[in-house]
Amino acid sequence: ETMAPVKVFGPAMSTNVARVLVCLEEVGAEYEVVDIDFKAMEHKSPEHPFGQIPAFQDGDLLLFESRAIARYVLRKYKKNEVDLLREGDLKEAAMVDVWTEVDAHTYNPAISPIVYECLINPLMRGLPTNQTVVDESLEKLKKVLEVYEARLSKHDYLAGDFVSFADLNHFPYTFYFMATPHAALFDSYPHVKAWWERIMARPAVKKLAAQMVPKKP
Amino acid sequence: MAPAVKVYGWAMSPFVARALLCLEEAGVDYELVPMSREAGDHRQPDFLARNPFGQVPVLEDGDLTIFESRAVARHVLRNHKPELLGSGSPESAAMVDVWLEVEAHQHQTPAGTIVMQCILTPFLGCKRDQAAIDENAAKLTKLFDVYEARLSASRYLAGDSLSLADLSHFPLMRYFMDTEYASLVEERPHVKAWWEELKVRPAAKRVTEFMPPNFGFGKTAEK
Repeated sequence: ETMAPVKVFGPAMSTNVARVLVCLEEVGAEYEVVDIDFKAMEHKSPEHPFGQIPAFQDGDLLLFESRAIARYVLRKYKKNEVDLLREGDLKEAAMVDVWTEVDAHTYNPAISPIVYECLINPLMRGLPTNQTVVDESLEKLKKVLEVYEARLSKHDYLAGDFVSFADLNHFPYTFYFMATPHAALFDSYPHVKAWWERIMARPAVKKLAAQMVPKKP
Repeated sequence: MAPAVKVYGWAMSPFVARALLCLEEAGVDYELVPMSREAGDHRQPDFLARNPFGQVPVLEDGDLTIFESRAVARHVLRNHKPELLGSGSPESAAMVDVWLEVEAHQHQTPAGTIVMQCILTPFLGCKRDQAAIDENAAKLTKLFDVYEARLSASRYLAGDSLSLADLSHFPLMRYFMDTEYASLVEERPHVKAWWEELKVRPAAKRVTEFMPPNFGFGKTAEK
């Protein structure tokens, strides 16, 4: 049975689009990226009521919310060799879910303001960096990285000794963080740094990273 | 025999209540291990050994320790009531995930801010931040317009069957509906009907017993 390519709407440089694309690359799916004029909100419709990117289409199925799209992709293209959700094993699936939630609700809120203030605001919006926000976020991020350091001292990856959706979720914003002046923060957390280097060494991740290189001023 | 499943936390927390709601819906026997926020139980070493981020709830199921309420919810339902995760097909599972993400990323912060500002600030001795309330009420207005359209087209958020996407809204909305901003729901007939149906589910009524309107602060607010 041939599977028609799925479509992802939005530019690869967008962190949430990249979240979906890295999963598609990991599972070896055929896909098409349709860049859209986000400002025109041309994709806002009953099926995409929030007009967000990424949006996703697989035949008649229309999805939004990057983590939901990613989960669908990882289930659809799951093979024995590529099982990034581990939903067949209660314990492994639970650990994938835990660290996916940690990324969404704890890691991301600490790291993303630094990316916005140091990269996105100056480069894409012509806004100055709010150093107070950066400093407060760095303090929060340090506390989070202490926990990650302890976790990654016990396991190679967040959910256990297997790479998973939980690790991949960290890729887009961490990639951009490494392009800010604060990248060296990870040097203080050697197991975290080693984990990050393992992620960046993955072929799927390298392919996305090449499409996401921010333009330097 | 003591239940195999334990939940650690204070049940008036909407996050703890999310976990308890799923256990109740699944009919799973569990023990709630009470903790005191005031006493700082969540910062003690024995709790940090369970959740290094020091947050409630934590669920222990045999030798499995799980934190983050939506991860707890997924585990409980995956194990006991997978239909509430849309397990019947990849498409239905995807729709449950979509609307669960909407709950987490678009509903939680604005509704939570309004609950914090309108209900909790008096107990914490703080003044209401009306600007924050207004900003979040505007966001919720737009969000509930989307919900109204969605619930006019399908019976529940993810489709024609109840799912975690609906249930996940219940705990925070239990408090939100006690604020004057409940009108945002009352004014939208499909959202209102959806809420009214959630509210009377036996599992919802059961967890509401643990969620007093004053968050358990009681008379101390008058100080």
